[in-house]
Amino acid sequence: MKPAAFEYHDPTTLSEAMAVLSRLGEDARVLAGGQSLVPLMNFRLARPGHLVDLNRVTELDFLSVEDGELRIGAMTRQRALERSDEAAAGWPLLREAAGFIGHVQIRNRGTVGGSLAHAYPSAELPVAMVTLDAGFVLQGEGGERTVAAEEFFLGTMTTVIEPGELLREVRVPAPAAGSGVSFQEVSRRYGDFALAGAAALVTMDRDGSVAGARLTLTGATPIRAQAAEETLRGQEPSAALFREAARHAVAGIEQDSDMHASAEYRRRACEALARRALAEAAQRAAASFEEGSS
Amino acid sequence: MSTREITVRINGTQHAGEVEPRKLLSDFIRDDLGLTGTHVGCEHGVCGACTVLLNGDPVRSCLMFAVQADGADIDTVEGLAPDPDTLHPLQEKFQERHGLQCGFCTPGILLTARALLRENADPGETEIREWISGNLCRCTGYRNIVTAIREAAAEMSHGDAAAPAPRKD
Repeated sequence: MKPAAFEYHDPTTLSEAMAVLSRLGEDARVLAGGQSLVPLMNFRLARPGHLVDLNRVTELDFLSVEDGELRIGAMTRQRALERSDEAAAGWPLLREAAGFIGHVQIRNRGTVGGSLAHAYPSAELPVAMVTLDAGFVLQGEGGERTVAAEEFFLGTMTTVIEPGELLREVRVPAPAAGSGVSFQEVSRRYGDFALAGAAALVTMDRDGSVAGARLTLTGATPIRAQAAEETLRGQEPSAALFREAARHAVAGIEQDSDMHASAEYRRRACEALARRALAEAAQRAAASFEEGSS
Repeated sequence: MSTREITVRINGTQHAGEVEPRKLLSDFIRDDLGLTGTHVGCEHGVCGACTVLLNGDPVRSCLMFAVQADGADIDTVEGLAPDPDTLHPLQEKFQERHGLQCGFCTPGILLTARALLRENADPGETEIREWISGNLCRCTGYRNIVTAIREAAAEMSHGDAAAPAPRKD
């Protein structure tokens, strides 16, 4: 199979990459792991005139914890995130979410930044990053700006990244003490695109009530379920409470219908997954106190 | 059309080539180098038939351009057997346990399994099934593939992975 011809650029530093991107403007497509872009090019659904390959920009491939934040370079492989014990210790939601991305062969090439910038509706990392209130550092030739994950996604495969800009790094704040997380997803087979997914972060007070929660569902863009979060705050966790919160989470949300699932199926699946994610996250949050006090 | 010179180490041997940037790694391996053990199925990253090891990690060779592999170390199925008369324990067990019928998916599965056994010498059934979930087989139903991988793991962990496997005939 043969993609349409393109001019190939393989910068080795970020500043070289920025210079090429700024010179080419809208003609350039960035190639990260290529696990979504290359299939599109193989089918000639994408025919970029110029391809700027970031795979030799090694300075974009890093995972580190600084000032309590997890910093992930855009070219960090999804498999590296999944396998990082440092990331899993403070941000277990990311290991859970990464485990649902495609297959091991895909995760060995696919990158964290590529998945976020591609902004595909069923993708796991966008949902996880909104839940964790991550900040995305966008590099332009003249400087950088940081955009909250929630503001980053505009629509299906559309983000706030401007021509000449690059998603350089993701910064994930540490969840508060007493937090628990859960990532839930349904797909036809292991590794298939998600039909529905939900990520939850629940923080408990020492008195046993919910101090705060964040809940995000899959949709055209990640759907932050603020009504559900409000329902939970200050309440005693119970099956009935999570059922009510999940009902609020899907009230009025829009889902797509396609050959794989109807919008109604997706809505109902999101509701069930939201309920399970909240229950599991709350249980893990409570367990974290027991571990901490023993 | 501009081309690029690349050098790729495949199964321990350096290969040089001149490629258009749009040439897929799978096509470079098969068409330019004549190593047709790497199979090409869906060419959009779903079937796993074209799986090769890139610096030790299993990847889809149809989702990479050959230029991106410049300087890389690649293993294909041709490099699995220690010599022309001896099968790798994985190949031996696939043969014994009927882990293949038409054989189209087999090279990709063998390489995925090899990477798995390097990471975990004694994987359970669930882990094996997770790893090979990225390789579609339309003949076998996977049961015999899983059995073959488990038996190969047992044989290899007896420390004779590098030695020729005993023939059963």
